[in-house]
Amino acid sequence: MKLQFTPEEDAFRLQVREFVRQQLPADIKRKVELGLRIEHEDYVTWFRILEARGWLTPSWPAEHGGPGWTHVQRYIFDEETQLGGAPRIIASGIQMLGPVLLAFGTEEQKRRYLPDIRQSNTWWAQGFSEPGAGSDLAAVRTTAVLEPDGRHFVVNGHKVWTSYAHWCSMMFALVRTDPQASKPQEGISFLLIDMKSPGLTVRPIRMLEGGTDLNECYLDNVRVPVENLVGELNQGWSYGKYLLGHERTGIAGIGSCKQQLARAHQLARQQGLGDDPLLQARLAQFEVELMALEFTALRLLSPHQQSRTPGVEASMLKVRGTELRQAIYETLVDIAGPDAVPFSLAAQELEHLDQAAVDQALVALTANCLDSRKVTIYGGTNEVQRNLIARATLDAY
Amino acid sequence: MDFSLNDDHLALRDAVQRFCTGEYPAEHRGNPETAAQGRQRWQAMAELGLLGLPFAADLGGSEQGAVELMLVAQELGRALGGGAWLAHTVLAGQLLARLGKLSQQQQWLPALASGERQAALALQEGGGRYDWQRVQTRASRSAQGYTLNGRKTLVLHGDTADLLLVVARTSGADDDRQGLSVFALDANTPGVQVQGFDTLDGRRAAHISLNQVELGAGQLLGEPGQAADAIEAVLDVANATLCAEAAGAVEALLVHSADHLRTRKQFGAPLAKFQVLQHRMADMAIALEQLKSMACAAAAAVQGDDAAQRRRVVSAAKAFASQQGRQIGLAAIQLHGGMGMTDECRVGHYSKRLMVIGQLFGDAAWHLQRIATHHRD
Repeated sequence: MKLQFTPEEDAFRLQVREFVRQQLPADIKRKVELGLRIEHEDYVTWFRILEARGWLTPSWPAEHGGPGWTHVQRYIFDEETQLGGAPRIIASGIQMLGPVLLAFGTEEQKRRYLPDIRQSNTWWAQGFSEPGAGSDLAAVRTTAVLEPDGRHFVVNGHKVWTSYAHWCSMMFALVRTDPQASKPQEGISFLLIDMKSPGLTVRPIRMLEGGTDLNECYLDNVRVPVENLVGELNQGWSYGKYLLGHERTGIAGIGSCKQQLARAHQLARQQGLGDDPLLQARLAQFEVELMALEFTALRLLSPHQQSRTPGVEASMLKVRGTELRQAIYETLVDIAGPDAVPFSLAAQELEHLDQAAVDQALVALTANCLDSRKVTIYGGTNEVQRNLIARATLDAY
Repeated sequence: MDFSLNDDHLALRDAVQRFCTGEYPAEHRGNPETAAQGRQRWQAMAELGLLGLPFAADLGGSEQGAVELMLVAQELGRALGGGAWLAHTVLAGQLLARLGKLSQQQQWLPALASGERQAALALQEGGGRYDWQRVQTRASRSAQGYTLNGRKTLVLHGDTADLLLVVARTSGADDDRQGLSVFALDANTPGVQVQGFDTLDGRRAAHISLNQVELGAGQLLGEPGQAADAIEAVLDVANATLCAEAAGAVEALLVHSADHLRTRKQFGAPLAKFQVLQHRMADMAIALEQLKSMACAAAAAVQGDDAAQRRRVVSAAKAFASQQGRQIGLAAIQLHGGMGMTDECRVGHYSKRLMVIGQLFGDAAWHLQRIATHHRD
C-alpha cells in the first residue's frame, strides 16, 4: 500500500495543469468559472484542442485511440481539467456511445462513426428516457418494427430529456423490438438514428433556471436502416447498462466539487464572511466529505481493490458526489445572501454579462444551484442507486 | 498510488482475525473482560507481536508502520477487542519510542513488547477538553531530578498499567506549546494515586493524582520541554488507528443489520423488503467504504513526513469517523427495533464503542476547527 502519488503521477499532473493553462482559451475558462452558458462552439474548440493532444477519449481502450492511462491518471486528468476551468467532456458520443461501439459495434459502424466523434464533427443525442420511462428505463415503449423486406426498422415513440438535441446530427436510442418478451429488460434493442430523418422532430424544454439544453424528440414512422442496429437484436439493455456504468463513474464530479468549494472560500472572503464561524464550519465539513469521496473514488476504482459489493462502486460514488455537489451549491447561494435574488437570464452569457445587476461572480449562482438539482436525477436517480447498493449490501453482508 | 495489500499484510490480518475469533466469541463481544480473560488475551497479543508492533526489532518489536496498525485496529474493531492495546502500544509505547533516549528505550520497550509490563499515557487534565497543550501538572527540579504535582484524568486503562507516562510542564504558562515534558514512572511510586473507573464502552480508565512525586533525572524522556511535537504526532497516529477501528466496528454493524433485515419478518415480509430500510443500509454501506478509505488515507498521512498534511488528513478522517460512526451505530439500533435497545443485542455495544471513539482525542467539532484553522493559515 502506498497512498502518495508517484513521481510519475505528480509529473503527469503538472503536465495536464500546464497544458490547460496554456491551451484553454480565456473566454471559455471565464464562462466555466463564473458558471455561465457554454456554447456549442466552445465545447468543439476545447474538444479539438484535447483531441490534437490525444486526450479527448480517456475512457477508450488504447488500441482504439485512448491514451492508455491508468485509473489514477484518468482521475488526475479529470481533476486538473476541472480545477483549471475547462468544460467537462459532456459529449455523449465520446463518453457513452464510443465505448459501446468499441465493445459491441461492427467494424463498419466503428469506421463510419468513431472518427467524426473524435473530431467533434458529429454530436450524438442520447435517446433513452421517455415520458413513461425515467429511472425505470426498462419501461421504454418506443417501438422499432422491422419492415417485411428486412432492410429498415420503423420507429415510433417519444424520447425526452435529450441533452443538446439541437446540436446533434445523430441519436443512439433504446427501442422495443420484441413487445412479447417475458421481462421488460428483454426485447430492447440499441439503434443509431439520423436526426434529419423524416418524421423526427425536436422540441426544446425550458428548464426552471431558464436553460433550454434539454429537448423532447418525437419519432413518427422514422425509418432506420437495419445496419444501424448495434450488437444483437433484443440485447440492447445490456449495452445500455454498460454505457451507464461509464456515465456514473464520471459523475462523482470531484474536480468540480473542489472548484466550487474553492469558489465558496473566495466568495466568502469577498462577502465579508471569511471569519463567520457557522459558514466556516460548513466549509470545513465539505472539505471532510470531499476528502472522503476522493479517497473512496481512488480506492474503489483501483484495479487491486477487492470490494465486498462489486458492481455498485460507481453508484456509491454517484450518490455521495452528487449530493455533496448540491450541498456546496446551496451554500454558495447562502454566501450570496440578498445578492441571490436579482436574476438575469441574458447576463448568463458572456457577451451580456455587464447587464448584471449583481456582482459578476454571483450572477449565475442561483441558476447553477437550480441546475445542479439534475445531478441526483440523471443517470438513474439516487433513490434507484440506493436500491442497487442495498441489494448488493444485503447479499454480501 | 496503490491500495493493495501484500502477503505480509494479509498474513497479519488473518492472524489477528484468528485471535479475535478465538478470544472474543461473537455473542460476548463488548462485555467487560474478567481479569483472567484480560491476562490470557494480553499474552496472546504479545505472542502475535501486536504489543510491540511499531517498535524497533532489537527492542523486541516488529518494526511495523501505520498501515499495519490500521490492519490490526480494523480487525480488533470488528470484534470489539484489543483492550489496552491502543493505550499501551499506540499511545504510551510510541511516545516512549519517539522521545526516549536509546538507553531509555532499551530499559522499557522490550518489556512492553513482551507484555511483561503494561503502560498507559497520562496526558488529559480536567477542564481542558481536547486542548492537550494545556497542562497544569508541574515538574519542578529537585536534588535528584524532578518533583511532580498535578492531576490527570481519562488515563485509558490506567488502573491496570504498571508503567505510567506522565505529561508535565517543566516550564512556561499553562497553555504554552513549549515546556511540555514526559516522565516514565512506576504506578506504585510514592505520591501516585490511581483511581480506576468504568467507561461507556465497558472498558476502563483512571484518574491519577500526583502529589510530591519524586523522580530521578533519568525518568525524563529525552530533553526537557520539547515533547509537544512528539505528543501531537502520537495523538495523530492514535486518531488514525481509531479511524481504522471504527471502520471495523461499522463493518460488524453492517453484518448484524443485514442479517437482521433478512431474517426478521413484520407485516408478512422480511424487513429487507422495505425500501426505507434498504436506503438506510445503502447509506451505511457507502459510509463504510468511505471510512475504510479515510482510514487508509490517515495511515498514509501519519507515515509521511509532511506535518501540515498529516494534521489535515487525520483531522478529516477523525471528524468523519466520529460523525459516521455515531450515526451508523444509532441507525443500527433503530434497524434492530426494541431488540437493539437491549444489553443482550451486540449492536448497542458496537454503538457505545463508536461513540467513545468519536469523543476521544478530539471530537468532530474539534477536528473541523483544526481543519478550518489550517485553511485560514
